[in-house]
Amino acid sequence: MSVLPLLDVGLALLVVAVATWTMAARDLFASVLGYVAYGLLLALVWVRLHAPDIGLTEAAVGGGVTGVLLVTAGKRLDALKAATSGAAPRLRVKILAGALSALVAGALAFVVASLPTPAPSLAPQAAAAAAGPGAGLGNPITAVLISYRAFDTMLEKIVLALAVLGIWSVGADAAWGGAPAPLRKARPDGAMVLLAQILAPIGALIGVHIFWVGADAPGGAFQGGALLAAMWMVAMMARLVEAPRIGSRALRLALISGPAVFLAVGLAGIAMAGSFFAFPPAFAKALILFIETFMVLSVAVALPMMVAGPPEGGQEP
Amino acid sequence: MTATPATTPGGFLLVLAVLLPAGGVLLSFVLGGRAAGKIALGLTPVGFGLACLVAMKVAAAGAPIAYAIGGLPPPLGIALRADGVSAVMMVAAAIIVAASAFYARAKFVMPEGAPESRGALTFWIMIQAIWAALNLIFVGGDLFNLYVALELLTFAAVPLVCIDGRPETLRAALRYLLFALFGSVSYLLGVALLYGLYGALDISLLAQRVEAAPMVWTAAALMTAGLLAKTALFPLHLWLPPAHANAPAAASAVLSGLVVKGSFFLALRLWFYVLPGLPTAAPSVVLGALGALAVLFGSVLALRQARLKLLVAYSTVAQIGYLFFVFPLAAGAHVWSPLGWSGGLMQVLAHAFAKAAMFLAAGLVAEALGHDRIAGFTGAARALPLTFLTLGLGGLSLMGLPPSGGFEAKWLMLRASAASGQWLWSLPILGGGLLAGGYVYRILAPALADGEVEIKARPQRSREAVALGLAVLALALAFAPRGFFDFLEIGRPSVSRSAP
Amino acid sequence: MNASLLAGLVGAALVGLGLYGLIAHPHPLRKLLAFNLVGSGVFLVFGVVARRGAAAGYAFDPVPQAMVITGIVVAFAASALAVALILRLAVASGGVSLDPQGPAGRDAGEME
Repeated sequence: MSVLPLLDVGLALLVVAVATWTMAARDLFASVLGYVAYGLLLALVWVRLHAPDIGLTEAAVGGGVTGVLLVTAGKRLDALKAATSGAAPRLRVKILAGALSALVAGALAFVVASLPTPAPSLAPQAAAAAAGPGAGLGNPITAVLISYRAFDTMLEKIVLALAVLGIWSVGADAAWGGAPAPLRKARPDGAMVLLAQILAPIGALIGVHIFWVGADAPGGAFQGGALLAAMWMVAMMARLVEAPRIGSRALRLALISGPAVFLAVGLAGIAMAGSFFAFPPAFAKALILFIETFMVLSVAVALPMMVAGPPEGGQEP
Repeated sequence: MTATPATTPGGFLLVLAVLLPAGGVLLSFVLGGRAAGKIALGLTPVGFGLACLVAMKVAAAGAPIAYAIGGLPPPLGIALRADGVSAVMMVAAAIIVAASAFYARAKFVMPEGAPESRGALTFWIMIQAIWAALNLIFVGGDLFNLYVALELLTFAAVPLVCIDGRPETLRAALRYLLFALFGSVSYLLGVALLYGLYGALDISLLAQRVEAAPMVWTAAALMTAGLLAKTALFPLHLWLPPAHANAPAAASAVLSGLVVKGSFFLALRLWFYVLPGLPTAAPSVVLGALGALAVLFGSVLALRQARLKLLVAYSTVAQIGYLFFVFPLAAGAHVWSPLGWSGGLMQVLAHAFAKAAMFLAAGLVAEALGHDRIAGFTGAARALPLTFLTLGLGGLSLMGLPPSGGFEAKWLMLRASAASGQWLWSLPILGGGLLAGGYVYRILAPALADGEVEIKARPQRSREAVALGLAVLALALAFAPRGFFDFLEIGRPSVSRSAP
Repeated sequence: MNASLLAGLVGAALVGLGLYGLIAHPHPLRKLLAFNLVGSGVFLVFGVVARRGAAAGYAFDPVPQAMVITGIVVAFAASALAVALILRLAVASGGVSLDPQGPAGRDAGEME
């Protein structure tokens, strides 16, 4: 590669500029908005890095769901007028922090620039394995996530469940079992409701589609689940639906169904294919889609519950 | 180095050791708070049995046991491996988790017919999740899989800190979370660089490929910095005392006894298993020096605490410092390295049992007196003899007086520092013992003095016995036979390496 | 200079910016944003490694890309937990200061 497209340089500068502004902005809410814009820009960088799967994830999670989370948090903090945030650090600390950050960034830039060429890669092995018996997945990332690194993916879904419980556990004792506060206190106007009524079903369909094609094309369980989650959140913000009670058995089943099914199939692997988390070649694709279906459900439920926060009600201390 | 095959007989036990508590987490989530307590308590003997089986398999083979998940060996797949230290840590974790769970029944087991409570569901699920994460950390062979394990540990540990819900517990949990997140992301960056350099994440594959290059040192520095933040090594210790002092006692015992050892264990894996072929003398001295400062600062701050739980928490900061002497004392393949290695691991175990015992005892004191201000302990030892005996015996091990695991650890470390000519390390080792004597005396002196305390609630004998049992285990380590130290050497790379 | 090196340099800059914010900003929500900057910088480094590993007909090495997806999920969960703690702290104490108030919790002896 010889000449760098101007567009890439422009995008890079823009990302760094928005990130800098996010850190430098005086106003808390302004910096939150900056971060949301940053997340969307980052999705473009991923596309430029030939990583459409990550671009989808970043757009849905980094820009979309994280955006709602942070904007809601910023608004709630403003409403609480909880401004006391401790004293700003002394100049000495700031200079030290600046020096340390510059050192780390410099060292990292040096290391990234001197990565070896040709780069080591597992792509050939992944390609051979994906073409080999028992995989049959056109999207190598899905193959890595669900097959070679199944253990990571299953545990990461347990992390999501723990995060949901951790968030619930921050609530008041008296509220336990109840529903989280609505994402918007005010009744939305008619336009918002109409938009949500149109957008949510279409988005949900696209989410299912992204999951379904994810075995062979960019997309997959997480991206599809994240989009479904976003649509549920849109519906909640329009007050078309309310967040469920955290004591609900159905909700809890949905939350853990992904990792639970994954764990069960993984255990069954020893009987079916001679090893934990191995899939018998004849049913590999079917089993992977089966696991992914429940992972979509878990992700679609976990993300909105995390944004909605702990159950509300009862007496505040 | 001798290569371990991808899957050995008995390797499947390693997967079960992780999946058992992980399955417990999922089941508890659906069945709710009351069932969660039964599930967690019911799993503890099974998990302990599994850990013992793993230890027996490793001992019988005289070599690590391994499992390639999905039958897919590294570099594409994930391998689990248990060597001597993994097996010992799994057994220790099972004992401490079981003791804490048994102790926590009084607080978190819900009566029949009562609605599910916030604290119960959170405690029982999180303690199982901590157990799953620790087992994975002890047997994980893949650096990214270990990152997931670290995150699992963080997400399970943080909510335990603020289970109480008071503002200072929330503040402590938030600080803990921020430090832990910084730690994970720094570790992850190092992992990314290692993959970019060598195209592998498996520990034994990397060990064959790493060379002494600036990029490898950058990666190692980033990973180590992240792990130190999670281990709370000075100067990254600020989050620990409020977090460990504010959690319920049963959780503090697990957090202080085990959770900080998880990230320390990964630092051991990094320096002794991934990088043993490199000249690691200089970074080892830096780690040891930070350890010495931790011993000094932690002990002095412990001496100044007015509350028992905070004192015990600051003592953890100091005792963590000792762990890091293992780096200068065991690095390389020298004649003294096994001494330093044994000393370091003995310190891990002795502190785990002693500190878990002391936190459980501190919880009993706080329940019985209604407070844990040391100034108000006058005469308390007469009212709560077993509990103060536990504090005393645990303190004995912290000070490093014989007979105790703490003594054994410090004695091995002193011998290693003498044999290696690194005399300087004996100063913090001995000085820290004196300071520990000071803060243990501060607890016991008023308690043993004449006086009258008002007992609000008499602690259950069984709970006192559990705490005492852990303290006795910390002492019993002093009688570990020679075979125990040989067991700790199983699978350590510098031993199997032919040339130094 | 090529596109993946450029992305790597952006990653390095983001890590530096975020690290500064993590230390220098007293507000926990700002610290959280800073953590997310560091996180996305680290993910970009993974992305660069993946892009450089293009081989065997793939435009990228799928292994590090899969790791980024796992990483983004975990980073979001972390942000959500931190937000819940911050909001609860704001409600319970009327502020979001991370400094322990006064001499370490002197009145908090009654516990457990």
